[in-house]
Amino acid sequence: MANHEQQSNGNGEMNQLKIPEIKFTKLFINGEFVDSIKGRNFETVDPRTGEVIATVAEGDKEDVDVAVKAARTAFDQGPWPRMSGFQRARIMEKFADLIEQNNNELAALDCIDAGKLFMMGKLVDIPAGAASLRYYAGAADKIHGEVLKSTRSLHAYTLKEPIGVAGHIIPWNFPTSMFLMKVAPALAAGCTMIVKPAEQTPLSALFYAHLAKQAGVPDGVLNVVTGFGHTAGAAISSHMDIDMVCFTGSTEVGRLIMQAAATSNLKQVSLELGGKSPLIIFDDADLDKAAGLALQGIVHNKGEVCVSSSRVYVQEGIYDEFEKKLVEKAKAWKLGDPFDPNTRQGPQVDKRQFERILSYIDIGMKEGATLLTGGKPWGSKGYYVEPTVFADVKEDMQIVREEIFGPVMSLMKFKTIEEAIERANNSKYGLAAGIVTKDLNVANRVSRSIRAGIIWINCYFEFDLDFPYGGYKMSGFGRDLGLNALHKYLQVKTVATPLYDSPWL
Amino acid sequence: MAARRISSLLSRSIPSSTTASSRALLRNGKWNKPGFESGIRNHSTAAVLEEPISPGVSVNYTQLMINGKFVDAASGKTFPTLDPRTGEVIAHVAEGDAEDVNRAVSAARKAFDEGPWPKMTAYERSMVLLRFADLLEKHNDEIATLETWDNGKPFEQAAKIELPMIARLFRYYAGWADKIHGLTVPADGPYHIQTLHEPIGVAGQIIPWNFPLLMFAWKIGPALACGNTVVLKTAEQTPLSALYATKLLHEAGLPEGVVNVISGFGPTAGAALARHMDVDKLAFTGSTETGKVILELAAKSNLKPVTLELGGKSPFIVCEDADVDQAVELAHFALFFNQGQCCCSGSRTYVHESVYDEFLEKAKARALKRIVGDPFKKGIEQGPQIDNKQFEKILKYIRSGIESGATLETGGERLGSKGYYIQPTVFSNVKEDMVIAQDEIFGPVQSILKFKDLDEVIQRANNTRYGLAAGVFTKNIDTANTLTRALRAGTVWVNCFDVFDAGIPFGGYKMSGIGREKGEYGLKNYLQVKAVVTPLKNAAWL
Repeated sequence: MANHEQQSNGNGEMNQLKIPEIKFTKLFINGEFVDSIKGRNFETVDPRTGEVIATVAEGDKEDVDVAVKAARTAFDQGPWPRMSGFQRARIMEKFADLIEQNNNELAALDCIDAGKLFMMGKLVDIPAGAASLRYYAGAADKIHGEVLKSTRSLHAYTLKEPIGVAGHIIPWNFPTSMFLMKVAPALAAGCTMIVKPAEQTPLSALFYAHLAKQAGVPDGVLNVVTGFGHTAGAAISSHMDIDMVCFTGSTEVGRLIMQAAATSNLKQVSLELGGKSPLIIFDDADLDKAAGLALQGIVHNKGEVCVSSSRVYVQEGIYDEFEKKLVEKAKAWKLGDPFDPNTRQGPQVDKRQFERILSYIDIGMKEGATLLTGGKPWGSKGYYVEPTVFADVKEDMQIVREEIFGPVMSLMKFKTIEEAIERANNSKYGLAAGIVTKDLNVANRVSRSIRAGIIWINCYFEFDLDFPYGGYKMSGFGRDLGLNALHKYLQVKTVATPLYDSPWL
Repeated sequence: MAARRISSLLSRSIPSSTTASSRALLRNGKWNKPGFESGIRNHSTAAVLEEPISPGVSVNYTQLMINGKFVDAASGKTFPTLDPRTGEVIAHVAEGDAEDVNRAVSAARKAFDEGPWPKMTAYERSMVLLRFADLLEKHNDEIATLETWDNGKPFEQAAKIELPMIARLFRYYAGWADKIHGLTVPADGPYHIQTLHEPIGVAGQIIPWNFPLLMFAWKIGPALACGNTVVLKTAEQTPLSALYATKLLHEAGLPEGVVNVISGFGPTAGAALARHMDVDKLAFTGSTETGKVILELAAKSNLKPVTLELGGKSPFIVCEDADVDQAVELAHFALFFNQGQCCCSGSRTYVHESVYDEFLEKAKARALKRIVGDPFKKGIEQGPQIDNKQFEKILKYIRSGIESGATLETGGERLGSKGYYIQPTVFSNVKEDMVIAQDEIFGPVQSILKFKDLDEVIQRANNTRYGLAAGVFTKNIDTANTLTRALRAGTVWVNCFDVFDAGIPFGGYKMSGIGREKGEYGLKNYLQVKAVVTPLKNAAWL
């Protein structure tokens, strides 16, 4: 039924040429690439083909211990937190320049490791990653405390101090963006850190570690331990000498991380978790634009986005026409090799996700939803899934309640604004929401009514450096991006001293 | 960075009190230059009598910068800019007047109203400023040479302190460009309220000659970060470095018309800018007298908001528990730095009676050791004053000090027979009612006064029409806190002086001016605040 163009999915000669040599496969600890203490390795796989790209050192608890020791020393005795913010900024700017210089190679690593579109990486993710380093570099010398008012004759002020050693556990869907989203503000704040990239996508993180060293980030400040969540990730979240853990990933794992923090040293926790974000399209919307946004909202990055618009609510006056347009657009969507510049959608990250998505599609059909388009794997090789739209979906169906993390949309009809708000909020998640309307009052009312961390009005996926982003409810707490993210990595210390003969108080 | 601080100049003289980072600089040998550590020990005229050192650069930019192009003045007139070492002409520079200001303002207006500058993303603007900072670094020594040649300040000060500070400042404001936040504001009823921080428009800026390019940076850095366009008038004594830098700004990708530079005089070009009906904002650094004229012109024309950074007579208070050697060195530096041509110079040195005699003896000895001479020569601490007018004015104040009964401890005369060199001069027994204790001399003349107790020194220190800065020297935290709050001045340096990081706001109380430059505060001068209010229907919360 779908007329997605059949294109090469990994066998083309052109595509083989672009695969970079894998230079870094070991753990990066204290400024050196090292084998894991146990000497174990794991395979990272090309989702276009399911073939092994490289064997990567598998970090475990004892490797985390060594990395934490390095980060602790770098924080307690090293130059990084003792430099001026401006000196840190200069190094971060150098880091940004090096990222831009290695743009192609980094984009290719994310492409083969995560199945992400090469051009998207090259034109969006990698430059935005460099820009985020520059953004936080520009903030590093503007970390202001406040001079306070006292009810007595006291002089008092706050110092904003780096929190210490941060643990970062990041997912595989945006290996570059997630890495820099965590690392850049932490570096600016003067923290030292351990990053555990997802086991599916360890390659670009190691390359970034290499570039950071080249830029002049001192040894021990940035450590990368590749490995698995239940071993290396658990070791980070339960470590007694890590001062804060920042995690992006599933709500289930977020819960484990918070538990580990609670039962170890009560380290601070920041969680950016799952979502089931509503996109609400009102009768006055431009249909074509709205259908385009809705499709983008679910197929962008193959639906492997925590803010995907996986629940689309359309007002009844335009519903039928909208449905028609959406299905047309979904059918015309081009899947293919992510290296091909014409491809709009690559493969899911791995076999497990691929099978999980297909099982949700089965569930949807069993639950009685109507499959409008898609619903099948695409091609004969790799982990491609067709853009899939379900209609006649009820709020209590599993496909509406759970995060599928694939290109599977639930399309629903609503009558009134009150109903739309109520149904949109009827979720354990609260990460993002979209509104399509020309009516100012509707836009303002819905913006304030939806319990979610970011609201897009007549747009979707508009992330920016200065826009804080994070979740309500079980989508997590804490914010990434913007100056809010910087403050996450800062402790507040109040200093007070008596004041004598002050002419004012 | 300590290296970017003026105060790190001190690291050569008082290693015992330097910061860790400036000690590191010393170890790196950056300041271990002959002459800095041990060189000449008297302000001998030897250096002055020698033939002036050839600057070794040529002056390539002498026209006005209007709408991205170097152009002659509409009148075709030029004026000479002079070498303060000799009084000889360096170059003839296009002399801007009202007509040129009109042209520059309409270029700036167009660049603001039609873009692209304010319509670019803040990140793109920040990238232009970062590239400009890189270019300044690349041309560091050439620009510093122009600065020294035109102004007479020691080359090493221009090249190693000021130019890096300037690049640093542009990087600082580049970092602000994409973080200029409005607010969302709670209302008493069902309203949604936001404030937009918008660029103010065309900024007119008039800068002085004492730190020509640093003042250029303080003015245009925040103005550009906020997305404004600028017409800037340089001082007639020092037009050269700004023209060079503006050329680099365009090389960095600044669109035409965004920064226009007019060389010329205050009563003509400066006044035309101050009273221009199409200039949205005016910023001036200079004398209090001129500041008054500027404010009046703004009031009489279009009520443009004005920031003024004016004169000072800043107290430097040495308490009984102070480290006397460190205080002597910093008090010396606070006054004599930049030939005493600093608006914030510590020109009233109050010393507690218990350490007064020791302080005086050491301050005099330090002044005697000050190395005066050709500013291009290595190790020189003090060059010539800017021009004949200032030179004569300072000598007149010295005579006034002697006539009013102050004790001339050292100096008091010109140095050499050519150029505008003045001996480092120290007066003791200075009383508040003497002219030298009241007026801003703007030259190498230190006045030392004795005090008994804290209340008295607070009262005396505040007994001035100025309120720009103050220095406090004490080890006692309570004394430091009391003085800090009691002194009516825009900057209080405690156990340091002239620390001028990009993030530290600077400006005056009283007749030292209006507003603050640098830091986050500096952005406010160049932003309009627009409140946007709309009713909310059935809001989920207020």
